Amino acid sequence: MSDERPPEAVSTQPLLRVRHLRTHIGTPRGTVRAVDGVSLEVERDQALGVVGESGSGKSVMARALMGLLPPRSASSGEVFFQGRDLLSLSRKEQSEVWGKQIAMVFQDPGRPLNPVVRVERQLTEGMRRQLGVGRSEARGRAVGLLREVGVPDPERRLRNYPHELSGGMRQRVVIAIALACEPDLLIADEPTTALDVTVQRQILDLLRRVQRERSMSLILISHDLAVVAGRTDRVAVMYAGRLAETGSTREVFDAPRHRYTRALLAATPALDHKRHTPLRLIPGSLPDPTELPEGCRFAARCAHAAEECLDLDPYLAPVGADHHVACANPAAAPTAPTTLASGGDPLGR
Amino acid sequence: MAGSGTAHLRGDKALLSVEDLVVDYPGKAGTVQAVSKVSFDVLPGETLGIVGESGCGKTTTGRAVLRLDRVTAGRIRFAGEWIEQADERRMRALRRQMQMIFQDPVASLNPRRPVKDIVAEGLAIAGSPADERAAASATVMSQVGLDGERFADMLPRQLSGGQAQRVAIARALAVGPRLLICDEPVSALDVSVQAQILNLIEDLKAQYDLTVVFIAHDLGVVRTISDNVMVMYLGKVCEFGDSAEVYANPAHPYTRALLDSVPLTDPDKGFAGPALEGDVPSPLSPPHGCRFRTRCPLAQDRCATEEPQMNEVRPGQHAACHFPLPPTT
Ligand SMILES: Nc1ncnc2c1ncn2[C@@H]1O[C@H](COP(=O)(O)OP(=O)(O)OP(=O)(O)O)[C@@H](O)[C@H]1O
Ligand SMILES: Nc1ncnc2c1ncn2[C@@H]1O[C@H](COP(=O)(O)OP(=O)(O)OP(=O)(O)O)[C@@H](O)[C@H]1O
Ligand code: SF4
Ligand code: SF4
Ligand SMILES: [Mg+2]
Ligand SMILES: [Mg+2]
Repeated sequence: MSDERPPEAVSTQPLLRVRHLRTHIGTPRGTVRAVDGVSLEVERDQALGVVGESGSGKSVMARALMGLLPPRSASSGEVFFQGRDLLSLSRKEQSEVWGKQIAMVFQDPGRPLNPVVRVERQLTEGMRRQLGVGRSEARGRAVGLLREVGVPDPERRLRNYPHELSGGMRQRVVIAIALACEPDLLIADEPTTALDVTVQRQILDLLRRVQRERSMSLILISHDLAVVAGRTDRVAVMYAGRLAETGSTREVFDAPRHRYTRALLAATPALDHKRHTPLRLIPGSLPDPTELPEGCRFAARCAHAAEECLDLDPYLAPVGADHHVACANPAAAPTAPTTLASGGDPLGR
Repeated sequence: MAGSGTAHLRGDKALLSVEDLVVDYPGKAGTVQAVSKVSFDVLPGETLGIVGESGCGKTTTGRAVLRLDRVTAGRIRFAGEWIEQADERRMRALRRQMQMIFQDPVASLNPRRPVKDIVAEGLAIAGSPADERAAASATVMSQVGLDGERFADMLPRQLSGGQAQRVAIARALAVGPRLLICDEPVSALDVSVQAQILNLIEDLKAQYDLTVVFIAHDLGVVRTISDNVMVMYLGKVCEFGDSAEVYANPAHPYTRALLDSVPLTDPDKGFAGPALEGDVPSPLSPPHGCRFRTRCPLAQDRCATEEPQMNEVRPGQHAACHFPLPPTT
C-alpha cells in the first residue's frame, strides 16, 4: 500500500475505479471491440464477480487491468487504482503496481507454472525481485504461503516440479505465487474451470478465505454464475464487451432485472431441475465483435426485445440502491425469485 | 473391496448390462486398474448418468462397453447377447447399434473432411451406397440443427464448439443406433450452448427411441437428463439409483460430498455442505478396503479391512458403504 497519502484520503475512494474502459484489437477481419466501454468499481476488502458467456470480454478486460494487452490493440478510458490512473503512469511506476499491488491468476491452464522449474523458485522469484527479499527469508515466506493455501508438507513440496503435484495442488501453488508480493487486489480469471467439482470447491473456499484474512480485494471471473454467487459481495454481468447488470450479489441473484442475466440463470441446470423437462434456451450466439449491432447487443437473442431496443443502445441506469441495469425493457423485480432458475417441484419429480 | 457387487442389476429387461467389469492399463510404473469390478445396467429407453471425479474411470467404462479397449475381466450383455468375447467382426456390426460420442468432439472429427462426409462415415463403413449416404447425412444434419448447404461443406476447424458437438451427434445417429454413449458432451460448452445440446439429446432420444449413457462431471446437468445415476470413485461404483432419490437423499458419503461441492446460485448459501478434504489417491496403489476411506468423514476400522458391497439401501437405491447415510428428507 502507498503510504504517502493520509489514510482518510485513500479510504474514501474505491481501491479500483474503472471508467469507460475500451480495448479494441486489430485483426485482418476488422477491429474486435473486445472491451467496449466498461465502468466498474472494486472496494477495499471486497470481492467482485464478473460473469458472462465465452467471448464476452472478461479475460481481455482482466488483462487490460493488468497492463497486458494483445498485440495490435489499443486501450482507452481510465483505470484508477488507489487514486492513480494506471494508464497514464510511467513504465517504472506501472511495474510497481502490476504484479505487486495487483496480481493475477490466469485462465490458461498450461501457462502459470513453468514445468522445468521447482516450486520453490517459482514462488520466491517474484518476492526477491519485487520486494528485494533475501534468499533464506524468501524460502521461509514460501513455506508460509504454501501452508496458507493449504498445501500439506510445504518444505517437501518446495522441491517438487509442477508435474509431481495434483491439479488442485498446482492451482494452490499458482494462487500462492500470486499472493507472494502481498497484492491489494487479486484478479482470478476462471481459477477453477478445468478442475473437478470437489477441487473447485476447495479452491473457491481458499480464495474467499485469503481474501478475507488478508483484507484483500478480489475480482473473481467465471462463466458459471453459481461460482460467483456465494463468494462475492458484488457482481458484474458482461455481454459483448459491455456490462449488462451490476450490483450487490444478493440483489442481482435474488432479483435479476436484465433480460440477459435472467436468461443465463434459466439456462443453468440447477440441482433440483425437473428431469426430462427442456431447459430454457438462449437462442443464437454472441454478436460478431467486429460488427456489433447499433442498439442493444443482446437484442437478436432477447425474447423481450422492443422496437426501440434495435436502435437505442441502453446504458447502465440505477434500479436499486446498489443495482444498475443496461436494458430498455427490464424485467420486473420478481416476487418469488427462487423459482427462477428451476421451477416446479423442488425435488424435481 | 469398495464398491463391488451386482445386487443392483435388474436382470434380463436391461438393454445393456455390465457385470464386474475390470479394465487394467499396464504401464511402466505398475498396472492401473482403471475400472475395478464395476456393474450397472440400463433399461430400454432409460438414460443412465455416470458422474465422478477426473480419472475415476468413466471414459474407460464407456469404451469398454464398445470393446474399444481390452476388457480384463467381467461380462457385458447387449440386447440379450454376451459380447465381452465377441470377435471383431461381430463387434463391427454391433457398433452400428451402440454408438459413442467422444469426450473431445473437435479432436474426434477428421480435420480434412467436410462435415457431410464425417456424418456419413459410419454408413460408408457399413457399405451403404453413396446416394443413400448423402440423403441420410442430410436428414440427420437437419435433425441436429445444422440445416442446409452452409454446414455440409465446412471443415471441423470452421465450427464452433457447439456445432462440432452437433456434428459428432449427427455422425453417431446416422447409423441408427439403439444405445448412445455420450462422454462429457457439454463440458466444454457455454451454458447457453449446453442447454441447446441437452435439449437436443432429449428430443432425439424420443424421436429415435434411444437408450442413453451420459457421462459428465456436472451434477446439475446429469440431474436434468438422467433416470438413474451411477457415482464412481477411483474405478469403483459408490452408488447407483434413481437420480431424484440419489440427489435428494444420497446414501454414500462420497455422493453427499459431491453434491455439497456444487456451488449454488443462492447468494446466501454458497455450498450445501462442508468441503471434501484431500486429493484422490494414486490409482497405482488405491487404498485397501473401501477406496474412499482416506477422505471419508465417516470412515471406521472396518472400512480399511473389508470392501463394502453394493446393497439396496432404500427401494431403487443401492450404495457400497458399510455405514450408509440415512435419508434427510
Ligand atoms: N488476441 C486477440 N486477437 C483477436 N481477438 C481477440 C484476442 N483475444 C480475444 N479476442 C476476442 O475478444 C473477445 C473477448 O475475448 P475474451 O477472451 O476476453 O472472452 P472471455 O469472456 O474471457 O471468454 P472465455 O469465457 O471463453 O474465457 C472474443 O471475441 C475474442 O475472440
Ligand atoms: N490409455 C491409457 N493408458 C494408461 N492409463 C490410462 C489410459 N486411459 C486412462 N488411463 C487411466 O485410467 C484411469 C481412468 O481414466 P478415465 O479416462 O477412464 O477417467 P475419467 O473418469 O473418464 O476421467 P475424466 O473425467 O478426466 O475424463 C485414470 O487413472 C487414467 O489415468
Ligand atoms: S434492451 Fe431490449 S433487447 Fe436488450 S436486453 Fe433489454 S429488452 Fe432485451
Ligand atoms: S463409511 Fe466406510 S465404507 Fe462407507 S464410504 Fe466411508 S470409508 Fe467407505
Ligand atoms: Mg476468458
Ligand atoms: Mg473421461
